[in-house]
Amino acid sequence: MSGILIRGATILGEHSDDIRVRDGVITARGALTPETDERVIDAQGLIALPGLVDLHTHLREPGGEASETVLTGTRAAAAGGFTAVHAMANTSPVADTAGVVEQVQRLGELHGYATVRPIGAVTVGLAGEQLAEIGAMAQSAARVRVFSDDGHCVHDALLMRRALEYVATFDGVVAQHAQEPRLTVGAQMNEGVLSGELGLAGWPAVAEEAIIARDVLLAEHVGARLHVCHLSTAGSVDVVRWAKARGIAVTAEVTPHHLLLTEDLARGYDARFKVNPPLRSNEDVMALRAALADGTIDIVATDHAPHPVESKECTWAEAAFGMVGLESALSVVQHAMVDTDMIEWSDVARVLSSAPAHIGRLEGYADPLEIGSPANITLVDPTFSRSWSTADLRGRSVNTPYLGQQLPGRVMATVHRGVLTVDDGALVDAEAVTAAHQEVARG
Amino acid sequence: MHLLSTRDLDRDTAIQILDVAEDMAQTADREVRKLPPLRGKTVVNLFFEDSTRTRLSFESAAKRLSADVITFSAKGSSVSKGESLKDTAQTLAAMGADAIVVRHHDSGAAHQLAHAGWIDASIINAGDGTHEHPTQALLDAYTIRERRFGHEARGRDLEGMRVVIVGDIVHSRVARSNVWLLATLGAHVHPVAPRTLLPHGVDEWPVTVHEHLDDALALAPDAVMMLRIQSERMRDAFFPTAREYARVWGLTAERFARLGPDTMVMHPGPMNRGLEISSEAADSDRSTVLAQVTNGVSIRMAVLYLLVAGSSTTDSGEGER
Repeated sequence: MSGILIRGATILGEHSDDIRVRDGVITARGALTPETDERVIDAQGLIALPGLVDLHTHLREPGGEASETVLTGTRAAAAGGFTAVHAMANTSPVADTAGVVEQVQRLGELHGYATVRPIGAVTVGLAGEQLAEIGAMAQSAARVRVFSDDGHCVHDALLMRRALEYVATFDGVVAQHAQEPRLTVGAQMNEGVLSGELGLAGWPAVAEEAIIARDVLLAEHVGARLHVCHLSTAGSVDVVRWAKARGIAVTAEVTPHHLLLTEDLARGYDARFKVNPPLRSNEDVMALRAALADGTIDIVATDHAPHPVESKECTWAEAAFGMVGLESALSVVQHAMVDTDMIEWSDVARVLSSAPAHIGRLEGYADPLEIGSPANITLVDPTFSRSWSTADLRGRSVNTPYLGQQLPGRVMATVHRGVLTVDDGALVDAEAVTAAHQEVARG
Repeated sequence: MHLLSTRDLDRDTAIQILDVAEDMAQTADREVRKLPPLRGKTVVNLFFEDSTRTRLSFESAAKRLSADVITFSAKGSSVSKGESLKDTAQTLAAMGADAIVVRHHDSGAAHQLAHAGWIDASIINAGDGTHEHPTQALLDAYTIRERRFGHEARGRDLEGMRVVIVGDIVHSRVARSNVWLLATLGAHVHPVAPRTLLPHGVDEWPVTVHEHLDDALALAPDAVMMLRIQSERMRDAFFPTAREYARVWGLTAERFARLGPDTMVMHPGPMNRGLEISSEAADSDRSTVLAQVTNGVSIRMAVLYLLVAGSSTTDSGEGER
């Protein structure tokens, strides 16, 4: 079988059409007749989106294989409708050399569930002291274009200036984890009335906003582009909106969980809700939604952060920061943004595919679902609804914050470079994915 | 059932605990102090943080009620070898603990033991991080009520009384538990501290905040509660020097001399004499410091009695007290 025919899908939620996939590429659109060697997918009632692209994923390999590997993380990605993920640099060893980023990228190619784009560290060992070999990573086989010390803020102002300038030399972007470290020593949750009551050290909004304000001014001064990871406050939205109005080359992301969940979840001290930046107030959530709708925030990125059970089954202060998010991202975006009529499905395609691909300089996502584009396609059943459970997860870790929450939408099929990775709502076996990629490669 | 915080303690339950503590206090005068209600029950004191006073107080309370008492201190134990809170608690529960009195350096630890589904025993919070220390607040309320009303105390609340709480409010579990409990009992609570030592959002609390101690003392309060100041706060820029702190927020001999004759001086201990409290104030007949220690045993007897006596380990744990 060398091709796929998707029949009757609602393209970007707008109109019904057929899509033909051959040799990893979209070859035809319109009313199409099945050919004998084609796999036919009845997509009546399903929405066709371009394959989703995550700009912020923790795959944990190398070093953190107890929580996730490139294989398990890309399987989770495929289950969530993603065909490309950007793997964060905070592995062990840190992705601060060409060797590490090439290894991570190769593992992604080997398994074939999603394109893995490694993110390189900005500084050696994420230590914030000297620049990592950014040029070597950019010119390696992994062709790294996004650089981040995520988990740590590049807080030294001079180092950040140099990083912006140096990364721009290689058409890359610095993705900043905006957190002023001195203002957040020991911080556990959003600083507000509730943190005072619960006796958990506060993570004040100003610690994020002050860094973003500094960074957009630095980006303007040196003429480089800046990407702000996981915006979480209404004030951050104001700063980015101001910067964009001024013409500064800044892009911004929000996570699904910051679009839906609030700090009140900390009340039970259940560490599944501990994340960095922390869950904020309802006012912040509403500001983030509005900013995503009006384009101030460019993309949704998962910050998928797997952790083993023991890192969450402990006191709040001892617990690790982070939540898994690849499998639930599209459902949460539908719930928070589409079902509330704040954005359309075509906007979902932008914020979860074409825009993150453009920021990451990932090719093949500029003309979604058009003839000639690589066949990266996600089919979603928007009418589906489920009470979220660990059975909905496909990675190695189960630290999801949505247990028991009713979430809409289900990924029924994911096509990665012409190969089905999710078929009829279920992950395709690893051997079958590998074999299908080999067949596509043979043409 | 559990005692995790004073925030969700209603007025009637709080008064019931204070009244039972009065009953317990009366038995202290008897020739045989030991009472039988917890015979056959096991109370575990699980202390992840050093606190000789609170531990001894709970031990004494449990023993007077005839419980078997096991004390587990984290230092030098499996906990210092990396054992988790969950594993430690499950080990103790497997030994048959009916109640676990827990002191932990992390906020929320007691709440987690009660609600995470790891174990089934009654949980009594003996101080969790910078969150709450409910039995301390109960013994403080008991002390105020006893001092003010003497033999007429039973059944009464603290309606209209003014209580000033001075010091490191932001890091104090004693302050938090007192704020909720005293407000529930009808008292007016007046926290006093430099802004650096007030929690974010304190304006939303049921209190009247003051930045200067003299402003609060001018209200002729019924009680002035001084909190312990930790010297490491100076290094973290909460205030510049001990001398300056004592001058502006300390209960100095001069300030003490200006207090009304009925104003109680309280301190949860251990005191830093010369910093937050002068010896003149600490040693005066208006000081309740030692009465607080005595009352602590009665309060903890009352709490153990109400939570553990007559309960079975199959208790659903739904009612949170």
